[in-house]
Amino acid sequence: MTKAPALGKDLVGLEHLSAEQIRLILETAEAFKEVSERPIKKVPALRGKTIVNLFFEASTRTRTSFEFAEKRLSADTVNVASSGSSVSKGETLVDTARNLEAMRIDMVVIRHPSSGSAEFLGNRIRSNVINAGDGKHEHPTQGLLDLLTLRDKFGKLEGLKVAICGDVTHSRVARSNIWGLRKLGAQVAVCGPASLVPRDIAALGVEVIPHIDDAIRWADALNVLRLQLERMTSGFIPSLREYNRVFGVTRERLERAQKDLVVMHPGPMNRGVEIDSDVADGPFSVILPQVTNGVAVRMAVLYLLAGGGPDWQHQGGGE
Amino acid sequence: MTRPILIKGGRVIDPSRRSDGIADVYLAEGRVASVGHGIVGEDGCQVIDATGKVVAPGLIDLHVHLREPGFEDLETVATGAMAAAAGGFTAVCAMPNTDPPQDNQGTIGFVISQAQKAGKARVYPVGTISLGQKGEKLSEFGELMSAGAVAVSDDGKPIMNSHLMRTALEYAKTFGLPIADHCEEITLAHAGAMHEGIVATRLGLKGIPAAAEEIHVARDIILSELTGGQIHLCHMSTRGSVALIRRAKDMGLNVSAEVTPHHLTLTHHACEGYNTNAKMNPPLREEADVEALQQALKDGTIDVIATDHAPHHYDAKEREFDEAPNGILGLETAFGLAVSQLVRPGLLSLSDLLYRMSTRPAQLFKLPGGSLATNAPADVVILDPDVEWTVDPRAFFSKSRNTPFGGRTVRGRAEVTIVRGRVVHDRAGA
Ligand SMILES: [Zn+2]
Ligand SMILES: [Zn+2]
Repeated sequence: MTKAPALGKDLVGLEHLSAEQIRLILETAEAFKEVSERPIKKVPALRGKTIVNLFFEASTRTRTSFEFAEKRLSADTVNVASSGSSVSKGETLVDTARNLEAMRIDMVVIRHPSSGSAEFLGNRIRSNVINAGDGKHEHPTQGLLDLLTLRDKFGKLEGLKVAICGDVTHSRVARSNIWGLRKLGAQVAVCGPASLVPRDIAALGVEVIPHIDDAIRWADALNVLRLQLERMTSGFIPSLREYNRVFGVTRERLERAQKDLVVMHPGPMNRGVEIDSDVADGPFSVILPQVTNGVAVRMAVLYLLAGGGPDWQHQGGGE
Repeated sequence: MTRPILIKGGRVIDPSRRSDGIADVYLAEGRVASVGHGIVGEDGCQVIDATGKVVAPGLIDLHVHLREPGFEDLETVATGAMAAAAGGFTAVCAMPNTDPPQDNQGTIGFVISQAQKAGKARVYPVGTISLGQKGEKLSEFGELMSAGAVAVSDDGKPIMNSHLMRTALEYAKTFGLPIADHCEEITLAHAGAMHEGIVATRLGLKGIPAAAEEIHVARDIILSELTGGQIHLCHMSTRGSVALIRRAKDMGLNVSAEVTPHHLTLTHHACEGYNTNAKMNPPLREEADVEALQQALKDGTIDVIATDHAPHHYDAKEREFDEAPNGILGLETAFGLAVSQLVRPGLLSLSDLLYRMSTRPAQLFKLPGGSLATNAPADVVILDPDVEWTVDPRAFFSKSRNTPFGGRTVRGRAEVTIVRGRVVHDRAGA
């Protein structure tokens, strides 16, 4: 049995992973996809492990995906959501961390509105910490599932042109995608209103394309970011209507480009704002495969952080 | 009566008289009695051998937060004044964002009496510009001054209302009271957690653009020109601010400025890993800003080093970066950082540094001290500019521990601090 290169204790973001580590996760996810197609969708890889899903922000999609991944690996899971828990009663994150530590759990999946909260938690507890989205920082499993989806579609990521469209400034999905794609050799551009694109984003090795039509013309794939509706009330854009007219990914725009294009969206979508329904539901969309891949990628991450190697199919049963 | 003190054989640097040489310093009756060679003190005087050390007027800090009244769990006037003495400061100016704020004679008087009880560094309260620091109505400058305030400021908050700032500058002229402004255009800085730049972009933290400071600096300079009032710009952090101040000084305006040791030392990279001890307002900026600030201090565009000593409880910094409070301690690390950053690399002479940390601050706020001339107050520091030491926050006299410099090795330290002719800190005998 070969020992796989370690991911380290926590998965906080893709910025600090190497290309090999990212590839390992994708390979492992590839193998786990098959489990979800079985009639009995369960392997014993994490039997006896306890995992807490600690969600300080509402997120049905990501939480459900993690939960399925954990259950399919036979882990014992507990969900802690912010409403009604001590979290909303003003308990500090460090106290939450100490309590988790005292309960001797194996892994924590954390979603939190503050950037850096996953790293903060990871530095204070012995359990593995997986970032399920921290503020505007990173959402590494989303980035990984986007990579897996693109790789499924195109066979490889090297040289692929991916445009990340929309509110880049406030997007953890954008950051994780930029790191992951760049490390695996893809070309990355961002496109959005300048009020929603960081001034110095080019320093991360991405191109800035101001107009969506140019981005569509340039790209092999679009990753369309969700536009938080509060961006309008806080003055970053004048209206959702105008946003859709100037930056929305519409069927007309795609047809005008006269080429095959893959369209991704991390969800949940604002149909008619950043993406039109006939694009989201159309032939270019890989939005549902993204969801399927989400479970496989999260299984891979949980499994690898728990110390598992590539030989998962042959172990676990007797232990 | 305190015993006279004879400080023998030190290198005496007095920036107020541009003198620098080996001499004895004799302190009696709370004053500098004489500086010269072969001084013989009266019988029973305390003799301190300063051979190999530097003897200078005590350091003066125009900008500290001592947290009393209201936040005594973070710092008190007594612990802050002791931290000051340990850092070589013989006087500090306490900013008014206490609870209640220093916007009335009673609170100003309370701070002064707490300082007298402590008997360490002198503490000069700064009054508020506006009542309750609300930015609406002027405080009674005359009353504050008669109670002992040496300047007015709403520090912690900028004066956003330009009309209020204009009238404050005009009204303060009656009293010759400097106005110190925390320069931050808050609609632009809104909810920012660190400098707007590549580190903030990577960390996903909301940035505070340099422009937020510079717009406010420009406005204050323009209002100073309009009114002829004395404006002191607190904790400058950007190269753009430096350019604006340089221009104002070229025009002969009544503008002065300060910079903190940390803005002369660290960049926004110190926030990597979400280090809340590197969170402050104004935020740590870029390498080019640090260089511009150092140069500005050298050429006099920036007048003084001030620490913006800002104690916070351990728990308050032990949290999410965007939720953590702004500010770090400064008093006990300022001299060592300044020597290490500015003197040892050859940017400033030790005499220049002492001018910017003692003589010039005294001039700006018209404080006693900053000089070893005969009859100057016996506020003196004996420094070892060469000693190498490692910052250990646990050893601080301050009640708080929030510093990004823990574990850093620096050169230069205060050995003995004398206030009003009395030793208030002696590292060897502490
Ligand atoms: Zn301030
Ligand atoms: Zn301050």
